[in-house]
Parts: sequence; C-alpha cells; structure tokens
Amino acid sequence: MHNFNYHRASDVAGAAALLKDVDDGKLLAGGMTLLPTLKNRLAAPSDLIDLAGVSDLKGISIEGDEVVIRAMTPHAVVAASHEVATAIPALAALAGGIGDPAVRHRGTIGGSVANADPAADYPAAIVGLNATVVTNQRSIAADDFFLGLFETALRPGEIITSVRFKNPSRAHYLKFRHPASGYAVVGIMVAQYASGVRVAVTGAGPSVFRVSAMEAALDKSFTPKSIADIAVSADQLMGDIHCSAEYRAHIVKVYARRAVEALTA
Amino acid sequence: MGEFGIGQPVRRKEDTRLLRGRGQFTDDINLDGQAWAAFVRSPHANALFSSIDATAALSMPGVVAVITGEDLAAAGVGLLLNDAAYKNRDGAPMHKPPREVLPRRQARFVGECLAIVVAETAAMARDAAEAVEVDYEPLPAVANGARALEPDAPRVWPEFGTNAVVHWEYGDAAKVETLLAGAHKRVAVDLVNNRLAPSPMEPRAASAEYDAATGSLTVYTPSQGGRRLQGNLARLLSLPVDKTRIVSRDTGGGFGVRSKMFPETVAVAFAAKTLGRPVKWRGDRFETFVSDYHGRDQVNHAEMGFDADGRIIAMKLDTMVNVGAYLSENGLRLPMEGGGRIIPCVYHVPEFYFSVKPTFTNTVCTDTYRGAGRPEANYITERLMDKAAEALGLPRDEIRRRNFIREDQMPYKTHLGFTIDSGDFDGTMKMAMDGADWNGFPARRAESLKRGKHRGIGLSVFIEGAGSRPVEGMRIRFEENGDISVIAGTYSHGQGHETVYSQLVHEFLGVDFERVKLINGDTANSPKMSNGTFGSRSSMVGGMGIKQASEVILVKARKIAAHLLQAEAERVTFAEGVFKANASSITIEEVAKAARDPRRLPEGMTPGLDEEVTFENDVENFPNGAHVVELEIDPETGIIELLNYVAVDDCGVVLNPFIVHGQVYGGVVQGVGQTLTEDVVYDASGQLLTASYMDYGMPRAAHMSHIEAHFNVVPCKTNGLGVKGAGEAGACGAPPAIVSAAINALWDYGVRHIDMPLTPEKVWRAIEDAKSQKAA
Ligand SMILES: Cc1cc2nc3c(=O)[nH]c(=O)nc-3n(C[C@H](O)[C@H](O)[C@H](O)COP(=O)(O)OP(=O)(O)OC[C@H]3O[C@@H](n4cnc5c(N)ncnc54)[C@H](O)[C@@H]3O)c2cc1C
Repeated sequence: MHNFNYHRASDVAGAAALLKDVDDGKLLAGGMTLLPTLKNRLAAPSDLIDLAGVSDLKGISIEGDEVVIRAMTPHAVVAASHEVATAIPALAALAGGIGDPAVRHRGTIGGSVANADPAADYPAAIVGLNATVVTNQRSIAADDFFLGLFETALRPGEIITSVRFKNPSRAHYLKFRHPASGYAVVGIMVAQYASGVRVAVTGAGPSVFRVSAMEAALDKSFTPKSIADIAVSADQLMGDIHCSAEYRAHIVKVYARRAVEALTA
Repeated sequence: MGEFGIGQPVRRKEDTRLLRGRGQFTDDINLDGQAWAAFVRSPHANALFSSIDATAALSMPGVVAVITGEDLAAAGVGLLLNDAAYKNRDGAPMHKPPREVLPRRQARFVGECLAIVVAETAAMARDAAEAVEVDYEPLPAVANGARALEPDAPRVWPEFGTNAVVHWEYGDAAKVETLLAGAHKRVAVDLVNNRLAPSPMEPRAASAEYDAATGSLTVYTPSQGGRRLQGNLARLLSLPVDKTRIVSRDTGGGFGVRSKMFPETVAVAFAAKTLGRPVKWRGDRFETFVSDYHGRDQVNHAEMGFDADGRIIAMKLDTMVNVGAYLSENGLRLPMEGGGRIIPCVYHVPEFYFSVKPTFTNTVCTDTYRGAGRPEANYITERLMDKAAEALGLPRDEIRRRNFIREDQMPYKTHLGFTIDSGDFDGTMKMAMDGADWNGFPARRAESLKRGKHRGIGLSVFIEGAGSRPVEGMRIRFEENGDISVIAGTYSHGQGHETVYSQLVHEFLGVDFERVKLINGDTANSPKMSNGTFGSRSSMVGGMGIKQASEVILVKARKIAAHLLQAEAERVTFAEGVFKANASSITIEEVAKAARDPRRLPEGMTPGLDEEVTFENDVENFPNGAHVVELEIDPETGIIELLNYVAVDDCGVVLNPFIVHGQVYGGVVQGVGQTLTEDVVYDASGQLLTASYMDYGMPRAAHMSHIEAHFNVVPCKTNGLGVKGAGEAGACGAPPAIVSAAINALWDYGVRHIDMPLTPEKVWRAIEDAKSQKAA
C-alpha cells in the first residue's frame, strides 16, 4: 500500500467538495474492492474520502412501487431486510449470496455498482429489476448505466446516493458461483413486469447484458419451455481457466430456464 | 488411565491458547531496531540478466541495503543442496544443477528471488524493490512437464541437453511386457496427478537477528522443526551449528512445504548478519503462491495384466514428475521414495516395472505436500483396479478382494524394499462399504434419477508409509514448580502434540495431564538428534521417545522411592504416579524433587530424574484405510455434489480419536480439493495464472458432505505403542474414491475417465463428448 491522505466526510456535498479539491481522490465505501487493490499496489490515490460517516447514505425504504436502497447499505442488511424480502425476494436472495459473511457486512451496494465488476451480482439486479441509479447530480436508468468492463456512466466526482428498484410481479435470481472466487460465473435475473419480462445476465460477459430473444419469448409465453432452446452466442462472452466462454453460454441457457421453472413451479 | 490416558478423546489443550489469539506466529514477533525486507522477483519464467542496478533504490528514503547474488557469492555463501544420487540404468549419474540462493546470471521461474531490499519499513522496502532495475533478456520457457520432455522444448539447463533429470528404473521391462502381452486381460490408465499449492494459512515469513558479541544468529520462521533447517543454514552462512538457532513459536500449517529451506530465509539471515541489525520479512499470499514449493504434478501411464481369475500378474508404471527449475530437497524423490515406499499399494503384484522421469521446467520446485508421493501412487493403482473390474466383469470390491496382500502374507516385502507389518485390507474395505450402505445404493440412485441427478458411489482402498527417518530425540524434565516438560525435536504445527504427548506422559508416569508442558520449536533446547515433524512420524518417533524416556525414568525413580521408603525396590509398587511400599507412599513428583539432592539418593547414584533418549527404529509403519463416497452429478451443469463420505482408517492404536478424526477430516478436505477444485496453472510462457484465491480453487465448506470416520485398529507390530501415522491418509483416499464415484455416476453415458480436478465444465464436456460419440 502506498501512502494516502484519509478524510471522513459527514455529508454528500462535503464528500463531493473534497473529491474536487484533492489531487487524485477516491471514495471509500466498504473497501472490499478498493482496499485489496491498494494493498496489492495496483492503485495509488492521493486521498481516500470515507463515506462511512454519511448517515444520509444508509437505509432502505419503500416508496410507491419502488424499493430504495441507499448507497452505503451493506449487502447483509439488504439480505436481512424484511421490506426487501417482502417486496422483491429475489433481490434479498441475491444480496445474501454475495461473497462471504465478512464481505457482506462490509461491502455496499454503492461500491459494488460503481465498481461494475463483470462478475458482480448487483448489476443483474440493477438491469433485471429496471432500477434507477441516483447520484448527487442526476438519475441514470439501468440500461444506460453499465457501459463495459469496469465502466459505468458515472462522471468523475459523481457520487451514487441510492438505487431505486422497480417492484416486479415476480422475479428470480440464480447464480453459478465461480469455483475459486465465489463471484458469478453466470448470474441471471428473470423479472416479470406489466410492461414486459427482463432477463439480465452478469458474470458471463464483460458487462451485464439483457437477452432480448428470451425476453420476447417469455413475453409471449412465460414458461420454461418457451426459452429452453434459446442460446446466447459465446463470441462476446468471457472465459477463464475454470469456465470457458462456451460453457458460460451453456449455463446462461440452463439457468435462465431454471429461473423460469422456479417462478412457474 | 482414565479420561486423559491413551485412547481418550481429550480436547486439544493448545486450542485455549490458539483460539483466543494467544498463539505467537512469526509475524507476531518484532525485534528491537528491526528493518524490513522485500524481494526483487523475476517477472520472467526464463531470462538472462547481466546487471542488477540498485542506484535508484538506494537513493530512496529509508533504504538500508540492496543485496544481490554477487554479494552472497563474495561473502562465500554456499549453494542450496540436494543430496539425491539417482542413476540411469547405464550408470550415468543424474543431472544436478547448482542452485545459488540468489542467482547471478539467470532467472528460471516467475517469482524467483534475485535481490533482497532492506529498509526502515515494509512499505519503503517494497517501494525500493520496485525501483531496482534488472536488465532481463527473456528466453523461451517451458512450464508443462510432459511438454518439457519433447525434443524441441526449451531447455531449463541447456548444458544438460535435456530436461530429464534422470531416467530411473526398477524391474525388468521386457519381462513385464511379455507378461502383460500374454495376460488374460490387460488394462491401462493415463492419469494426471494435478499440481497443487499447499496453501498453509500462514504465509511464509522470516525474522533474523545476529548477535556479534557471541557470534550467534537467531532466525524466527514457521517450520516443521528446526534442526534440519539449522544445519542447512549454518553450512550456507559458514556459521557453527550451535551458533545458529531456529525458532518457530507457532506455525500456521506445514503440509510438508514448511519443512524446507527457502532462499528467502537464507537471504534474510544473511542481511541481518551483514547489516548487524534485525531484519524481518513477511511474505504476502502472492509471494507464497509463486515461491512456496508446489505439490504433486505427475503424469502417469500405468498398465496391469490379470489372469482369468482376476489376479494381477504384472504391472508397469511410467511416471513423469515435474520438479521445477531446480532440485529441491525432496521433490525428485517423491515417486521413488515417497510413493515408492508403498507402490503398488495394497495389492500383491508379482512382477513390477517402474520408470520415473523427473523433469525440469521453468516453474517453482515441487516437493512434499500432504501424502508426498503416496496419494499419487494410490490414485494410480485404484484407477487401475476400477478399470480391471470393468474388463473382468467383476464388482469393484471383488477385484480388490482377490488381489489384496493378505494378513498371512505379512510381513510383506514390497518391490522397493519396504516391509508392511500389518493390515486388514479386506476387513477395512468391508467396514467402509457397510458404513456407507453400499448394498442399498441402487435404490438411492433411482431416487436421484427421478430428480434428474446422476448418483455415483466410489471406493478406494489405500496404504500409506508413515514415520520416515525413524530417529528422534526426546527429553522429559521435572521442573521445580511441579510441571513436567516434554522437550521435543518434533514440532507441533497443528497436530495437537501438546495434548497427545501430555496424555502419554500422564499414562506412563501418572502425573497430572494439565501439568505436562510441551517445549518444542526451538533449536536452543530441542534434542540434538532430531528431524522434526513430517510424514506422519510424530506418533511413532515422538510417542516412542516418551515411552522409552518414561521407562528409564521409572527404573531410576523406583530405586529412589525404595531408598526413601526404606523398602526393597522389588517391593515398591507404582500406580497413578505414586510409589507405595508397606503403608507409606511417595509421588513421582516428590521423587523427582528428592532426586536433585545427592544426600537423599542411594549411594553413588547420579542426581536428577530428567531423561533424554533417542528413539530409533529401522522400519516405518503402514497406515491404511478405505473410503466410500457417494455423490450426485447435475448432468446439465456438470456440478458434483458430495452426499456422503465414509472413511475407515487403520492407523494402528489410536492415541486420541478426537485428534485423529481431525487429521482425517483435514486430509479428506485436501483430497477433495485436489479432486474437485485445486489446480496450479502456468501458461505456456511460464506465467502463474493461479496466484491468488480468486483463481486458485480452495475447497470450501460448501463442497463437503458429512464425513463419517471409523477405525479398524490393527496394531502396528514394529513399534512398542502399536501406532501408525494418521496425518496423510485422508489425502490418499479421497481422490481415487471421488473419481471412482463420479465415473460410476456417469457410467451409462459411457464416460470412463476425467482428469482431476473434476471441474463442472470438464464433467459437462465429458458427458457431452460421450453423448456425441454414442450418437455417431
Ligand atoms: C472475498 C470477496 C468476495 C466477493 N464476492 C463477491 C460476490 O460473490 N459477488 C459480488 O457481487 N461481489 C463480491 N465481492 C465484492 C463486494 O461485494 C463489494 O461490494 C465490492 O467490493 C464493492 O463494494 P465496497 O462497498 O466494498 O466498495 P469499495 O471497495 O469501498 O469501493 C469500490 C469502488 O467504488 C467506488 N465507490 C464506492 N462507493 C461509491 C459511491 N457511493 N459512489 C461512487 N463511487 C463509489 C470507490 O471509489 C471504488 O472505486 C467480493 C469481495 C471480496 C473481497
């Protein structure tokens, strides 16, 4: 780890002002990604601005047909939330399947979404549950948020304050865990709304993506059979020493069908 | 002897200390005025260099020194040695490359240390290490052992003209070939014993301090007992052995890899001595992955021939073992001596031909890792037996039963000259099968199939060779405060010696279990004749040392007691720590106290009741066992789920079943890791792709099923305690049992082989390939 200056912000505006002032500042949320990066000397920010003291950024609420989770809410709190479990059980289940207990008690939704790790779970929820990412500057629709590998629509200095998930009529999340890291090799969220079905896949590609062929088929007939033969191409997918792109494509197909099975059983 | 004696499930004494964070690991030790070290490591698998430029590094804040191989050579630091002396059949000796602690001209694997940087803080040392400039000239590299034997492969040591260290052979190849050719059935397997990262929880570390006034060096480091490291380090640094001290307070896992002398330790010690200042190094997990020796990495081709009754007539085995870029202390020996102790395992094989080609590659060395050659050997023979069952149309247990070495054949001399004293292989197998309800399996299989899962059951019967180098000193000392110290050269780094040795002393001398204290891990006071703890040896060598020392103590104590009780020695009884004669009695602690005072002793007797013995045995022992595992495979994903695991062990007389069960569970989990998740992967250019736990698949709780452990106690006949080792059995039994179960699950598809690790994708592909072959 290289040296850095540490600041503890007390509100979002203060954090934003600090970010602007310092040379090469980074927000610190749960630190589950940022701290290992620093320890391995892969990044050397001049300043860390800790959001842990910003009380506005914590908590969960139900607002109309939306579940609102503020940025600094740890995964374990989402997983254990009665409100979330009642409104969108798939979201609580997803949060409860991230990493291990230590990671779930430190890691936050804001940090996870801002980081846009291709194998992270939350992106499947953001896109699958048609969420809005709210920042200190604007609101960004799910489909516009994730741009690529570790790349989001966030501008320099922009701070995520909350994520607003739209309550589906039903949804299910299934995850194939990476044998070593436990992250998603494939994580698939299938959600049904009055406006249509959304199928979002994380883990398999460089960034979360929707499978429109499956969505169209499920719009017509929400049955496992209707998507059983819909394959995604392996060409755009990632592969590593544990799971090739071809295998990931296969798992997307199988897990999509199983998610629908779980919802129609 | 009640609840603390031999055979009792006594809870581990050491856990009250370790679980409360009161252990003292190397990183917990900080020395006054210490500086910190960091290493410059080669990013290339094979590269020449002519200079290491430390100018920029030395000008950075807090940097104390940069030491390279040139500095070590100038100071006369010696080479890391390997004392193996294998020969080719034609008598030509093996190739032995020199190994400098820090090489001066060429780096031969990724992560090899080229320089040590010492600075005021760990961060400063790291910063400076990054600023050291090495003018690398990268060369082609080879990482895969089988590839290294191809004629056009890059040479790790060009001067040898080959990457083969030696071609070692046992037996008559032509005769075995004739027998195999004429056999009723001939079966063959081609197997990979995948390369593993031992992964102790504690990364490697070393702290060294040199006292110029006395000329003595102290090195704190995790180890498996310091004596062998001590001799090695003293030689390398030209110090007297008794001025070189190795201290390991607590060690977070050994598994074989912590018994070795690594270049980092030598460099840290040299720096401390040269700079006249304590130097500390704490390796991180990346360094532990790239520089700790790896385990396994064999490729095997094996064949067996059977007569019409299903009896083995001959076996041949060709083994390639990837030893890495150099010869580590034991890596190259593992097929011939580690596995060679037991091969061909629990079966009577009349004719055996064995060929081993240890092979250099541009990777870190391989060496002992839990089982050290025996898991590989058992995996090979067990896969052959499953093949033979199919070829001969016999059940898997029946083919084994027909070929077991029987008790009436024991003592049984193995091909490579070892003698198996005891074992009830058929009875042990039966216990495992009964424990797992082998006969009820078809109903469970049918039930699984209803849920779309393929259920499989697998069996392995294995043998181990434990207690190697069976010479070890042991001292028992009566302290003035009433404690009884056991001063051992064996070293407990997870095995629970504090508890088991206390049980033994309690059993033999009748003293309070709680008052027995283990002193180990410090060459300043451990017995001079010592090898340490490895190869499942401490129950025998340490246990027998305590037994023998206790016996000597009791002979003398009885004489003293008789003198004090004014009775004849023959009239004095001893039970539960108390000597009695007539109506009077005296405890052994009181005898020990009296023994310090010459005026209270019989005429001419040497004062003191403390005793040191050196236990020596000319044979090892042969733990064995049988595992049955049941699992389910999801054919759409290839995911394997373990459902039930039964392990039956014959580790002779069980000193503490609670602790032996712990050893079995740990070994099984490491075997599950080898079989399902673990694999060290280097790419073709020699870069290590699995250098963190994000990429290297450690087994997790979720991969496991319940493990039921039982014993089939057949006392060892060649040591006075009847013990056989228990540390490595689990890792031997698990891989063949799990692979057998997986193949059994996929039998109807026509799948007959999948190489470890059985990752979901490999299993899925095996199913898909078998399906398309059937269709074609
Ligand atoms: C062992 C381990 C296992 C894991 N397994 C999983 C898994 O299975 N699935 C999974 O999805 N994740 C997994 N994670 C990641 C974890 O879930 C964290 O959510 C993730 O590391 C980021 O969240 P954080 O709060 O720790 O963010 P930090 O590490 O503190 O920050 C991450 C990045 O986001 C930025 N950032 C933080 N907060 C904000 C904000 N409010 N606005 C804008 N930018 C911000 C930071 O500047 C930094 O660049 C794992 C992590 C570990 C260490």
